[in-house]
Amino acid sequence: MAELGKIVQKIRSKNAGPFWLTIDIFCGSKAAYQQAVTGLSNPAIAAVFDIESTLIKRFDIPDLNVVKISLPRPETQGAIHDRDMHGASWAALFQEMELA
Amino acid sequence: MVKVLIPSGALGLNYDQDALAAGLAAKPDIIAIDGGSTDSGPAYLGRGVSKYSRASTRIEWQGLMEARAKINVPLVIGSAGTCGTDSTVDWLVEITREIADELGQNLKIAVLKSSQPNTRVIDALAKGKVHSLPNAPDISAEILTGCSNIVALAGAEQISLALNTGADIIIAGRTTDAAIIAALPLMHGLGAGAAWHGAKIGECGALCATNPQSGVVIIEFDQDSFTVMPMAKDARATPHTVSAHMLYENSDPFILYEPGGYLDVSGAKYTARSDQNVRVTGSKWVPSERYTVKLEAAAPAGHQVVSLVLLRDQRYVENAAIWAADITKKCSQKVVDRLNIAAKDFSVELRLIGQNASFGALEPRSQTPIEIGVLGIVTAKNQLLALEIAKILNPYLLHHPLTPQEEQPTFAFPFSPPEMDRGVVYRFCLNHVMELENPMDAFTLEVFNHG
Repeated sequence: MAELGKIVQKIRSKNAGPFWLTIDIFCGSKAAYQQAVTGLSNPAIAAVFDIESTLIKRFDIPDLNVVKISLPRPETQGAIHDRDMHGASWAALFQEMELA
Repeated sequence: MVKVLIPSGALGLNYDQDALAAGLAAKPDIIAIDGGSTDSGPAYLGRGVSKYSRASTRIEWQGLMEARAKINVPLVIGSAGTCGTDSTVDWLVEITREIADELGQNLKIAVLKSSQPNTRVIDALAKGKVHSLPNAPDISAEILTGCSNIVALAGAEQISLALNTGADIIIAGRTTDAAIIAALPLMHGLGAGAAWHGAKIGECGALCATNPQSGVVIIEFDQDSFTVMPMAKDARATPHTVSAHMLYENSDPFILYEPGGYLDVSGAKYTARSDQNVRVTGSKWVPSERYTVKLEAAAPAGHQVVSLVLLRDQRYVENAAIWAADITKKCSQKVVDRLNIAAKDFSVELRLIGQNASFGALEPRSQTPIEIGVLGIVTAKNQLLALEIAKILNPYLLHHPLTPQEEQPTFAFPFSPPEMDRGVVYRFCLNHVMELENPMDAFTLEVFNHG
């Protein structure tokens, strides 16, 4: 078991428009990429965000050693109960996920 | 070949002067800069105002107007004033006139406007011409009527018409970020795949290179390829930095929807042409059958008042969630009883900063912090009511005990009065596209001479 944030180079979360979040996991090496691809499952991500895993759009991009995850925002950007206007903090949830 | 100079990702973010000078020396055919985004939230669109300071905007815009005059090429800005409503376009036109007068510039100015009368979108909805995008909110004629601003995102077609007027400066309301860059190569008949892909890579300025803060980049468009050339001495574009830019704020890194079709970069090849520059081939443009433009809208979502109080007493810090839940319940009941309003007509929320303010119920970690900032957020139909509710909340934040028998505690307010008016808050209400018969059906173009 390893924390994702400890094996990859950088994780970035951003808005992709007001209704979607997108998380870019820059693995930094082929080995870290392989570990992330195999150890990070969509059901595990869905459990962290409390959503259906079918809502997750995922792109494993070997050319860049990047795993990209897009998902509907937990709250629409700027809605009364939204907590993070730029979607900036969500990367931390991924950093702290334990790889299977 | 067409060379587009992009000074930075947005007017207001500044650009490197030396890099701009290097860019001008490379003899670009146009200077294109984006002025906006939804990324800072719905209030700018809701109010129809700019996010950036007028002074910063004026200084940076003056630098670009002087640069334009030096090499005598068109200068185009899209999404002027953050949200690209008619009001922010007028704001930038006013700034432009002031600067032109000071510099003694005689200019032909083209103004493209993107604001939509609510009735136009309501009619289009009734005719089945408005289509939802993934995770779109529900809409109705009533919701659309309540929007304070609706804009449509112009594409390359509308920008091309503006460029065809021969204007020196084009000030456009909301456009797609890439349209202002793609327009000129498309007008020259260059390949649409390369035009849109190069535009997308360049739209954030030097963010597609190392030293992203330097801002300035030139995209050189050929028939079916483009080359990315950052202008700062220490900025390098590499196949990795360029291809990785497709990830940026895109839910899909291979497909980009634009008015009139979509870009598919899944077959693109990124090759280093030098230590600093990257050439890209293999980008594909797929035209769509119907012409659609994306819509953005914001509507008032209530009036807000916030208060901040600090918990430092360790027992209260440890039990903050219980304390906050108890206050929320008791305060909400008192509001219903004393103000005679329904529970659905207001909201009282306490966020525990230091504990779980970032993720709320999704926060997986728990440990006791040194202190907690409690942010009380009250939202109601009008400002007077929101302030009344916040004042009913105040005694709880000041003195609420964890148990009835203990001595009355007191907590730390940093301000007097503790209630801070946030005014009207807004919400985004559209993630839709609207079909148009003709690209100019939802936009207006005006040309005039200044000076």
